[in-house]
Amino acid sequence: MLAVEIEKRLGDFTLSARFESAGGITAVFGPSGAGKTTLVNAIAGLIAPDRGRIAIDGTVLFDSERRINLPPHRREIGYIFQEGRLFPHLSVSHNLDYGRRMRGLPADAKQLERIVGLLDIGHLLERRPGKLSGGERQRVAIGRALLARPRLLLLDEPLASLDAARKREILPYLERMRDEVGVPMVYVSHQAAELRRIATSVVRLEAGRVAAAGGIDLLDPADVDAALRTQ
Amino acid sequence: MLDLSPDEWIAIRLSLRIAVVATLVALPFGIATAWLLARKSFWGKTLLDGLVHLPLVLPPVVTGYLLLISFGRRGPIGALLADHLGIVFSFRWTGAALASGVMGFPLMVRPIRLAIEAIDRKLEEAAATLGANRIWVFATVTLPLALPGLIAGIVLCFAKALGEFGATITFVANIPGETQTISAAIYTFTQVPNGDAAAGRLVLVAIAISLAALVAAEALSRRAGMRFHGE
Repeated sequence: MLAVEIEKRLGDFTLSARFESAGGITAVFGPSGAGKTTLVNAIAGLIAPDRGRIAIDGTVLFDSERRINLPPHRREIGYIFQEGRLFPHLSVSHNLDYGRRMRGLPADAKQLERIVGLLDIGHLLERRPGKLSGGERQRVAIGRALLARPRLLLLDEPLASLDAARKREILPYLERMRDEVGVPMVYVSHQAAELRRIATSVVRLEAGRVAAAGGIDLLDPADVDAALRTQ
Repeated sequence: MLDLSPDEWIAIRLSLRIAVVATLVALPFGIATAWLLARKSFWGKTLLDGLVHLPLVLPPVVTGYLLLISFGRRGPIGALLADHLGIVFSFRWTGAALASGVMGFPLMVRPIRLAIEAIDRKLEEAAATLGANRIWVFATVTLPLALPGLIAGIVLCFAKALGEFGATITFVANIPGETQTISAAIYTFTQVPNGDAAAGRLVLVAIAISLAALVAAEALSRRAGMRFHGE
């Protein structure tokens, strides 16, 4: 279980968010500028909140009162970025293997085969990221994050840089991940349609605050309009 | 082809040894300085930047003289190193390597610094979320991505060290077999009657070595660059 209660000031903007997620895919939904990326960056440890607490399954990642702030490399949280961020100097297979090696985990051919099969990237292993299409790149990024054996996966607008056809290409893989891999995920997006397909619960963020939290009915068109109007 | 005398061979071998040692010893300091200047802001940064570039703008004789009074047998640093570590610079080839290294240092730091500044730091963040601590991020992401700059810096420093004349001759004089490099030997030959032929041969050798270094660097950085954009 992920428990977040944080405050972070960035210039004029203040993020003040509190939510809990029991597993599955938690959608963090809201218009751009609502603080979605700031929120996941804080969970990943890429930025430090001013105040608050972040914990997963009883492991405290951040606690301003107890002065705990685990660095990103010790949080065991996978992060799938909007732009993939594959290492351009490494082949696809070395990209996939990177997290396992950095964490000092033993090689697991079965797990590798399973994830590679799940994402259909077996034919790309020897290539370099520069030679991949946008959709392929994102699938490799998903595999790379999963193979580091994270206890939580953050996805920040993973489809935003792709065109409609590529989005349709990736979504089934994300559904498979949800159903077959079982890593809890926090999925950031401003696209209700995308989230409706894969989310199990929803946190709606508006202007740095949690406006609502609950089931996927929060993604209903009427609510979406309301969310956009308050922006 | 070129009928080089034993003395000329000695000068060539000595030059190569001095330039290689100067470049190799300068490299870790060059990388550290480039990284500091590219990434950190600290008190005295402008001073460090100026100090690094000073040999580039000072008359080489001045740099050589400063080395003489600080690293000479009775200089404060020279005496310390000689007494405690047994490293003597004055009138030794090691002194020539020191002078060449100092002169080549700014040329080494600059391209490495520019290369580090050009790296997308988001890739380093991605590495951290995959479990890499700061040292591993540097070794597996920052340094490989800065490779073209690294190669350029190494070659420029090597070329400068190979041809260094003013600071070297001021610091460690012009002793055949110990501190007489190709440049110093050419200078000596031009000062004696009938020295033209010998000077000419060494000039050809200097041109050949410098050209070879440039071509090698070009080929290496093209290969390094290609690794990022394809197979």
